[in-house]
Amino acid sequence: MAVTTSTPTSPPSMAQDLLNSLPKTLKLKTKQQELLIRVATLGLIYILAFITRLFSVLRYESMIHEFDPYFNYRTTLYLTEHGFSEFWNWFDSDSWYPLGRIIGGTLYPGLMLTAAALYKILHFLRFAVHIREVCVLTAPFFASNTAIVAYFFGKEVWDSGAGIVAAALIAICPGYISRSVAGSYDNEGVAIFALLLTFYLFVKAVNTGSLSWSLASAFGYFYMVSAWGGYVFIINLVPLYVLVLLIRFVGFQHVQSGEHMAAMGVFFLLQAAVSCGSDIWIVLQVFFFLDWVKHLLGDVKLFQAFLRITVTGAVSVGAIALGVGMASGYISPWTGRFYSLLDPTYAKDHIPIIASVSEHQPTAWSSFMFDFHILLFLFPAGLYFCFKRLSDATIFVVMYGLTSMYFAGVMVRLILVATPAVCLISAIAVSATVKNLTRVVRAKVQTLQSGSGKGTSASKGSSKGVIDNSQPFQKNGAMLLLLGAFYLLSRYAIHCTWVTSEAYSSPSIVLAARGAHGQRVIFDDYREAYFWLRQNTPPDAKVMSWWDYGYQITAMGNRTVIVDNNTWNNTHIATVGRAMSSYEDEAYDIMKSLDVDYVLVVFGGVTGYSSDDINKFLWMVRIGGGVFPVIKEPDYLVNGEYRVDKGAAPKMLNCLMYKLSYYRFGELTTEYGKPPGYDRARGVEIGNKDIKLEYLEEAFTTQNWIVRIYKVKPPKNR
Amino acid sequence: MAKLIFLFLTLIPILCTSFTPEKPSDQRILVLLDDFAVKSSHSLFFKSLQSRGFDLDFKLADDPKIALQRYGQYLYDALVLFSPTIERFGGSIDAAAILDFVDSGHDLIVAADNNASDLIREIATECGVDFDEDTSAVVVDHSGYAVSATEGDHTLIASDDFIKSDAPVLFQGIGHSLNPSNSLVLKVLSASPTAFSANPKSKLTSPPSLLGSSISLVSVIQARNNARILISGSLSMFSNRFFNSGVQKAGSPTKHDKSGNEQFFTELSKWVLHERGHLKAVNVQHHKVGETNEPSIYRINDDLEYSVEIYEWSGKSWEPYVADDVQVQFYMMSPYVLKTLSNDKKGHFFTSFKVPDVYGVFQFKVEYDRLGYTSLSLSKQIPVRPFRHNEYERFIPAAYPYYGAAFSMMAGFFVFSAVHLYNK
Repeated sequence: MAVTTSTPTSPPSMAQDLLNSLPKTLKLKTKQQELLIRVATLGLIYILAFITRLFSVLRYESMIHEFDPYFNYRTTLYLTEHGFSEFWNWFDSDSWYPLGRIIGGTLYPGLMLTAAALYKILHFLRFAVHIREVCVLTAPFFASNTAIVAYFFGKEVWDSGAGIVAAALIAICPGYISRSVAGSYDNEGVAIFALLLTFYLFVKAVNTGSLSWSLASAFGYFYMVSAWGGYVFIINLVPLYVLVLLIRFVGFQHVQSGEHMAAMGVFFLLQAAVSCGSDIWIVLQVFFFLDWVKHLLGDVKLFQAFLRITVTGAVSVGAIALGVGMASGYISPWTGRFYSLLDPTYAKDHIPIIASVSEHQPTAWSSFMFDFHILLFLFPAGLYFCFKRLSDATIFVVMYGLTSMYFAGVMVRLILVATPAVCLISAIAVSATVKNLTRVVRAKVQTLQSGSGKGTSASKGSSKGVIDNSQPFQKNGAMLLLLGAFYLLSRYAIHCTWVTSEAYSSPSIVLAARGAHGQRVIFDDYREAYFWLRQNTPPDAKVMSWWDYGYQITAMGNRTVIVDNNTWNNTHIATVGRAMSSYEDEAYDIMKSLDVDYVLVVFGGVTGYSSDDINKFLWMVRIGGGVFPVIKEPDYLVNGEYRVDKGAAPKMLNCLMYKLSYYRFGELTTEYGKPPGYDRARGVEIGNKDIKLEYLEEAFTTQNWIVRIYKVKPPKNR
Repeated sequence: MAKLIFLFLTLIPILCTSFTPEKPSDQRILVLLDDFAVKSSHSLFFKSLQSRGFDLDFKLADDPKIALQRYGQYLYDALVLFSPTIERFGGSIDAAAILDFVDSGHDLIVAADNNASDLIREIATECGVDFDEDTSAVVVDHSGYAVSATEGDHTLIASDDFIKSDAPVLFQGIGHSLNPSNSLVLKVLSASPTAFSANPKSKLTSPPSLLGSSISLVSVIQARNNARILISGSLSMFSNRFFNSGVQKAGSPTKHDKSGNEQFFTELSKWVLHERGHLKAVNVQHHKVGETNEPSIYRINDDLEYSVEIYEWSGKSWEPYVADDVQVQFYMMSPYVLKTLSNDKKGHFFTSFKVPDVYGVFQFKVEYDRLGYTSLSLSKQIPVRPFRHNEYERFIPAAYPYYGAAFSMMAGFFVFSAVHLYNK
């Protein structure tokens, strides 16, 4: 099959030669056959990685998904329309009213530049596509490229077999697909490609010692930095890796000798407290410096004395500097996101704005299983193989795998970073196992010639050690294990396809549900509401909503928002949270001070859509209360829980968010056999059915009540 | 086509007349009366209005044909309610219709009296004026009463608690208090400290609810849309009898030949019907110093000029407004710049200032609220951007150590490489 497909690519002038040589080409040498199969497989993987991400386009349409991608889309549009200079200097007065946002200086432009470049190339090739199509398909395109990089990486670390398996695994791994389906136009889409490319080039540079590879790696890193904040992972992993290599080659004794440990420990602590990006680099420099001093002194006693003085001096100077710096506020502590990486419970207690984001939650076990499936137990097996054949490259992969696994456990979105490592290491396990097993199976055929020597090596190689050396059992066992491996891999493929089609292909601005008769029901309320805003409100209208919808309102509704998903100003968000959790008259003053014209709330009580503003309300209270102590969470709680029914707290029943969500809801029968005002998202009958609005009036409610827009009335005339 | 052009040409004069310069004064006034006797008994007041060019339309309040608007257009610019006892208006008019009339920018004069109906009270309450709930109560003043031939019950009051009083104003009717939560309503004529509101015929059993100078006799409201409302507790105040009668306040030796009522209501009606105290602001402009076009965005630290033209309606024409207290704010959640505008006595107000070193979406705000004038509230939104990347200074003196470090590092690296490579 592979042969016939490759023949038409030859030029026609060679047809005669080809015809003659056709019988010969059919009998390619084993190596050439292998190459052909490999290239064909890679080609198929390339296509597979792309098309498996197109479920979302088939199910819905070619559209941008979720929240952040809308911002990326809007900026890309701006970039293609106004050029790079304007983009770089862009001051956006449509968001964060009235503060505005300097967009050019506060985003990672890698993604937008990539999409704009693709767009330019396509237009140069006379493909008149819209920029939206380019944006929608950027992530799948880069996922295909990632698969190819994974192949080369696997080849570099282990062998080409492992490379192919790695490419196949990563092409369909749900952990990666979750962020790279068509339409998921987010930084991660290109960043994972950049991350893996950087690592691959780095390992290549380590293996070959070539400057050009390391230069290429540096460029890969540059691209990564321009595309995603996750670059700090690379900048910390690489020196850590070098440190490990040093320990390995310089010798454990050397390091364990006490003085080095102490020095390194102290410096590590100091530097860790001061900065986070370059700490390990400094440790490395200290290490080399000490080595050099020791070499210079040549005397152990003298060196130890020197060390004692310098360490004491450094500790005291460092402590003083740290104290002064902290006291004067010159050294700013780490950002909350980093604290929450080291201590998963930190954000929950201290920074509600970080804890409120669903993708910052600690990962549940089930989502590991969901995103990795069989890789979850192939990963340790792969680690075993790596340790068995320890080399510079495998050490790197092991370190990458272990550190990223830790981070994946801390924050659910970081599963994405761990995915390439898990795929690579699992690929090593699969490749090595299958290779060993096939060797066993094939060795049996020629077992008589090669003797028992080969047999034992094969059995040693296979992960499941065969107890008996008697050949029939070994052969059958190997066959069985092979079948088992293929069964597992096919289950993996089925699982991945299922997860992709069912869980990760939803654009989340268009919702789908099953109707009473099993038919698909589409809720397109978000776009309906944003379109209404765009068509029916004055162009300079200011819309207040919870920050989740900010990017969508600016991108789709083309209206000014108070807060959006770029959560850079906690106070501003807290002000909105405070308005939402205040009584109407208090909220009115806040809204007037922010010149709010419209208020947009998302409400799922009619459809049973659970991620609506009432369910997010606790975060509005917490974030608002974190800045404005007037808002006290216990006022909204009854026995420690948020309720919306008759037993709810009085403040809850009369706060702005409740009123706006449930206005006129008491008249509506949502479900047969239930009283009017039955909230299907929370499964209760609401507690305040007679809601009167004094300072706002209903302006628009979408078909399924998911988005409700209210107009803020002008002050009373008389 | 020719027909169309002809039609258009014939229409031109009509079109032209419809574009007369804006006159803020009212033209057409609907007067609703309890009975037509009021028309003659209050003719002096009505004549003064007619002589000033107003077109009065007298109707009985329960006339079933009366309407304030037709096909969504208001037929009148102002409404005079001289029907204190009406319980239900005729036609399509009710309290809500009258309040809508006010909310769409039209003016209202309400006169209540003894036995004022609930309807009139309701309209007054909606405008921030609460008449005494005791329906039989009237304002009684045993020391500020007007001396008359008969001893009387001291319900005819000679009040002089208003601006620039020549002769006291005669009042006989019910008192009201102002709703403290309404910041727009003003006492024009208030009762003296010795007045109280009670039924003069019965004995006082409990302290009256309205006492002293907190009783307002005549109040005005200027709504946020500059509609003006006059509410009086007495209909007879407007009558020819009160206009013409002489007045002597009890305890005062001077006797005035003519009460102050006529002058009082002439001036007050001028104000209510927008012949006085009406301002307009036009031609709001701002631009960078040295330029004339309005930019769509400013940069921090730009120097800009702001100007606005303000005119006052004199009753006949727009005259330049002269004041030295008009201020402009450059506002983003709080005023970053607050400057008083200078003016050239021709209505042109201007100033110039530097944009603060803060970026964001600012507003030029002029909030001008002066007693007796329409309130001016102008705001114009303008974003202020930070420096572009190429607008910063290329070399900052404070950064020379860093430049030095960078370049010495480069030089050092070059030397090191040379030595390392060629000095084996």
